[in-house]
Amino acid sequence: MNILFSKILSVIVLLLAISPLHADVIAEGKKLAFDRKKGNCLACHQIDDGELAGNNGPPLIAMMARFPDRNTLYEQIWDPTKKNPNTFMPPFGKHGVITKDEINKIIDYLYTL
Amino acid sequence: MRIASKLLFLLIIINITAYASPEEDLELFRDHFQNRFPGTEFSDFNNGVYSIDPASREQWESIEDFPPYEINIEQGEELFNMPFKNGNTYANCFENAGIGIRQNYPFFDENRNEVVTLELAINECRKKNGEKPYSYYKGGPMADISAYMAYTSRGKKFNLQIPNNDKALEAYEYGKKLYFTKVGQLNFSCADCHVYQTGTKLRADIPSPGIGHATHFPAYRSVAGRLVTLHERFAGCLNRVRAKPFKAQQEEYRNLEYFITYMSNGLEINGPGSRK
Ligand code: HEC
Ligand code: HEC
Repeated sequence: MNILFSKILSVIVLLLAISPLHADVIAEGKKLAFDRKKGNCLACHQIDDGELAGNNGPPLIAMMARFPDRNTLYEQIWDPTKKNPNTFMPPFGKHGVITKDEINKIIDYLYTL
Repeated sequence: MRIASKLLFLLIIINITAYASPEEDLELFRDHFQNRFPGTEFSDFNNGVYSIDPASREQWESIEDFPPYEINIEQGEELFNMPFKNGNTYANCFENAGIGIRQNYPFFDENRNEVVTLELAINECRKKNGEKPYSYYKGGPMADISAYMAYTSRGKKFNLQIPNNDKALEAYEYGKKLYFTKVGQLNFSCADCHVYQTGTKLRADIPSPGIGHATHFPAYRSVAGRLVTLHERFAGCLNRVRAKPFKAQQEEYRNLEYFITYMSNGLEINGPGSRK
């Protein structure tokens, strides 16, 4: 009984993960990451199939493996000066360049890389 | 690269705590850029990003074969020689009748206790002779005259001397502080891009080395399709980091120009230049 229940649950979770809704969020996150007026992460990082990428930050690859803790990634985007006061990376959240919600969408996208 | 950035970090620390002399700053700056770009001759740093990026240099050199600013130099010469209503000319306001003197600006005027730039002096000359000052923005007659005066000075080297006077050192220190302070929504300092990250790519843009910045202004920018004065360029970079720019020739910018020009000491005037 319990096993059956958890099996059903995991199928539901799997369906949710590949649901069109989530795919939309990921596409939106990608757009935000590439948009010059929003994240503009491409200005400094090589990402995915992004064209004319900058190279002063590390390439954003294998994000799930390198940032298993979502919060660490969130903090890096919200305010990287906490970790490195002299960082070249702008404090996107703290300075209101992008919202909390937008950062979360970007993170959803980054976790597909 | 690592050693160089440590050096610069040291530079900031030293300056905040022990007040390095301008001479010491200059030596650290030069060492930093020479270590960072070992393939670039020191004398070539007056060519900005083209001194470090061979790919864009080639394109630029073919543009310089038919310089887009040639007409501005001609117009500038004409304006320069045209008498004011009272019969005087610019030649009356400047040493050596205004020819070959670009390298002497900016300087600290010990009577006025402030930095005087060439473009400020041009407008003061106009006012003294009963004429209206020119705008420092959007090219036009100010940029043309400034371009002509730079052109007559090509080949002369900057050799700014900071007088041993507290006010002069204060102006220099202020300019330096502005250069190293992070500003704006995007939280960048001039030094972030033109010292620490010079040579890296920001999308397709490569920030040029922070020495040799003052030698070739005003510069013809192809994106603008006209000459751009140095202070207008400062404003361009500040807008980009979403910081509020100062007004052209405001004291802050004159002090900033004083600092960056001092950092160009030993490099030849090659203005007007052409840039993307
Ligand atoms: C102007 C440059 C710049 C921009 C724009 C930028 N970054 Fe960065 N980023 C850096 C640099 C430089 C580092 C290296 C760490 C440091 O210097 O503190 C970095 C580090 C990171 C790291 C840590 C990577 C690692 O491997 O340790 C992540 C994650 C990151 N950035 C994500 C982003 C995201 C997401 C965006 C867009 C919302 C973004 N960055 C925009 C410059 C930038
Ligand atoms: C976010 C990065 C960034 C910041 C911050 C920045 N710049 Fe720039 N700057 C650039 C880029 C990119 C260019 C165009 C490429 C180049 O350097 O010629 C440029 C161009 C210039 C030029 C023209 C260079 C030439 O050879 O004609 C000057 C002068 C200049 N910047 C000064 C400044 C000053 C002063 C500040 C601070 C008030 C500043 N910049 C801040 C990126 C930056």
